Amino acid sequence: METKCLECDAAVHVEDDAVIGEIVSCPDCGADYEIASLGGGTVTIKVAESVKEDWGE
Amino acid sequence: MSESQSLPSKSIGILYDRVRWEEKEIARQLEIRGITPNMVDAKALVLPLDTSRFDHLPQIVLDRCVSYYRGANVASVFESHGIEVINSCRVLNLCGNKLETSQLLAKRGIPTPKTVVAFSAESAMKAIESIGFPCVMKPIVGSWGRQVVPVRDKETAEAFIEMREQNGDSMQSIFYIQEMINRPPRDIRCIAVGHEVVASVYRYAAVDSWKTNVALGGHTEPCKLTSELEETLLRTVETIGAGVLGIDVMERTPDSSDYVVHEVNGTVEFKGAQTSTEHSIAGRIADYLVNPEKEQLSQNQQ
Repeated sequence: METKCLECDAAVHVEDDAVIGEIVSCPDCGADYEIASLGGGTVTIKVAESVKEDWGE
Repeated sequence: MSESQSLPSKSIGILYDRVRWEEKEIARQLEIRGITPNMVDAKALVLPLDTSRFDHLPQIVLDRCVSYYRGANVASVFESHGIEVINSCRVLNLCGNKLETSQLLAKRGIPTPKTVVAFSAESAMKAIESIGFPCVMKPIVGSWGRQVVPVRDKETAEAFIEMREQNGDSMQSIFYIQEMINRPPRDIRCIAVGHEVVASVYRYAAVDSWKTNVALGGHTEPCKLTSELEETLLRTVETIGAGVLGIDVMERTPDSSDYVVHEVNGTVEFKGAQTSTEHSIAGRIADYLVNPEKEQLSQNQQ
């Protein structure tokens, strides 16, 4: 599947086994997106949260 | 038939704020066991703080939030509404705050680096001097090796303290200073599920790096689980609380069996550890989620 980068309009590839909540990156500008919905061969993305001080494991 | 086997199976969920390889793999392992987990996006939750039951949510939730504050606070609300959260809010808070972790490990006699905390720039230098050079300065909240710095002399210490003070974040004014353990260029990442150690791997730092975090380019190799290491790990589990824990251990030289626990992770990442482990770590976590009662029963029998 493919969608368009919300920043630069480049093609963003999404793997067939991708799930909602997974992060994909634009190969051109590096923007990170979270997969918001999947279905019927289409995918929608939203801007992913940026790393914060309390992030980790 | 045991009491645990006669109980109806409980619904299982995975709480996330971003889905990484680990969350997908745990979900896949649950599917293999005939269970479709309910994937709960913590960012989408709206939770009333009352006495209502959360019947629309799973009865057992594996908390995998990347954000410590988010994960621990959701766990608090879930638990107060009767949802079993793994790891529990208590465990997440003990792991998420290094000050709490170190304090408890020391109190229970678990070998851990000597640590001092200070709460102002002025006292930070005194804390550093009490440990001596070289030492390590860390934020009390945070992971992936961020802002963890070796402090080798007074000039470096003054620079780091000044940088932390000017940050403007109150958490940056809490100075957590730790002795630098003389160790090989590696540490040991161990994963404990319930009261069992399911993986132990060496983590080697990337070239020209001091930090062993796989997120920073480190790599893993298999590490034999010795009886001494296992004993230290199980004592750590007893101290922090059973669940799904990532326990990081250093070997103080010259004795490689002189183990020192320096960190316990409440939402452990294990993609790197899996490459050096034969069996599926996610599978062991799935087994624990499917039958935590068995774990609790075994605890009660001890």
